[in-house]
Amino acid sequence: MKVDSLLSNNKIVEHNKAKLTTERVSLYYGSFQALRDITLNIPERAITAIIGPSGCGKSSFLRIFDRMNDLITGARVEGSVQLDGIDIYDRCIDVVELRKRVGMVFQKPNPFPMSVFENVAFGPRRHGRNNRGELEEIVEKSLRQAALWDEVKDKLDQSAFDLSGGQQQRLCIARVLAVEPQIILMDEPCSALDPIATLKIEDLMRNLAVNYTIVIVTHNMQQAARVSDMAAFLMMEEDRAGILVEYGLTAELFTNPKDKRTEDYITGRFG
Amino acid sequence: MRVNSGPSRRLSQKAAFALLLFSTIAVVAVTLYIILRIAIDGAGTISWGFLTQPPTQAGKAGGIFPAIVGTFYLMLGTLILALPIGVLAGIYLSEYAPKNWLTRVINLAIINLAGVPSIVYGLFGLGVFVLMLNFGMSLLAASLTLACQALAMTITTSREALLAVPREYREGSLAIGATKWQTIRHIILPQARSGIITGAVLAMSRAAGESAPILVVGAAFLVPGLPQSPFDRFMALPYHLYTVAAQVPGMPADTKWGVALVLLAVVLSFNVLATIVRLRARRRRV
Repeated sequence: MKVDSLLSNNKIVEHNKAKLTTERVSLYYGSFQALRDITLNIPERAITAIIGPSGCGKSSFLRIFDRMNDLITGARVEGSVQLDGIDIYDRCIDVVELRKRVGMVFQKPNPFPMSVFENVAFGPRRHGRNNRGELEEIVEKSLRQAALWDEVKDKLDQSAFDLSGGQQQRLCIARVLAVEPQIILMDEPCSALDPIATLKIEDLMRNLAVNYTIVIVTHNMQQAARVSDMAAFLMMEEDRAGILVEYGLTAELFTNPKDKRTEDYITGRFG
Repeated sequence: MRVNSGPSRRLSQKAAFALLLFSTIAVVAVTLYIILRIAIDGAGTISWGFLTQPPTQAGKAGGIFPAIVGTFYLMLGTLILALPIGVLAGIYLSEYAPKNWLTRVINLAIINLAGVPSIVYGLFGLGVFVLMLNFGMSLLAASLTLACQALAMTITTSREALLAVPREYREGSLAIGATKWQTIRHIILPQARSGIITGAVLAMSRAAGESAPILVVGAAFLVPGLPQSPFDRFMALPYHLYTVAAQVPGMPADTKWGVALVLLAVVLSFNVLATIVRLRARRRRV
């Protein structure tokens, strides 16, 4: 599938094929409909931002891609969600395998209560890698990729809680990278961080987008404009179900929104 | 808006404070009095011989060594039988059980199990372990009976300790492709360990203090020698205290206080141990 060929913020995504595809996806929590009929293609090796007012279902939408909504009793997805053309809600899909390919970074940095090294080695260990030398290599590589190695190479055995908030979040990104996913989902990864730590994460995201498909939920529109190649604007309808209002290249959506509601939102008239 | 609260409101504030303080002092004072009374009156009886020798003359002379050993055997038996089942059931209830009415009923039933009078457990043990399973009046039957009683507590505390592990850890682990069991084994259980151990130790100390249930399933007033197998009868501190205090005429008062002091020391030391475990775990987490 081809994504519109236009120049975005700082990346050309014209040749990028769709990595994730949703077709008329609806999400229910029991009888409450949280998302309605969302159809979009997320291009590979690019950053796609999901923006919208609080409560419109941005995070719920993100969690559809690694099936984290499965953890919520009564959650149900309708429509089709595809990764490389494979329906990830098909019966034969192994959710554990799926989550190896689709990593997730959360709003609040959530390092495990163990050392920096063990945090990064956690995923590889669970997937059967126990050779110390091999683990050391993976940990160093992942921490370098997360732009954290130089800051923590002397305190790998210290508790991850000794790191600053921004370092903890980059550690969580390293922890995801250690599993070698193809896609990284980020759920407002900077909302608990100060502006400098935020810029570091944004730089990191731009670098990672060379190799990874990144989907980020953010309530910060400047952030979406700065980092993303594609942007999706979600909004609540009257019954509180989230719908996709507009989706396109970030440069387009922010400079020339097609929908009046998008324009109102990005110019700060509501939300 | 008034800057100063009126005199009547200040008065009621003071009255409430005084009432709360008085209630606290009353509770602490009663507890302290009991402990001090037992300690002062019992201290004279405590000697090396009292702790290491068997009783003679129907407990009027000699020591209480078999009762101390019996109580430790009981605690050990209770722990071995109740802890694994309690933890496994706690894991099932907190992590695997579907969140429906049946699970809620089961949780409620387990909490209520802790409120069943202990003599009822005793009769249950007599019917099931002593008679039906034919273990006889024995250490094994008593351990099983006390384990049943302790289960309510170990399941509840395990479950609560597991549920208290922050959701962020579970999600972080599942989100990088760890399986549910790996997440439980490597993230949740280590975090809940101190809560589980605390619950188990407290359940053990409670088992050590029980007299009613063991009375009907195997505790004996006087047994020659220590139990040699799980099928032997045994002595235990609380039951020994009951008999020396109420059943034997002409028992010296100091002996009663002495037995009470030893029992209190055993139970309190386990409670202190539980507190230490909890404090150490809390310090480690920071």
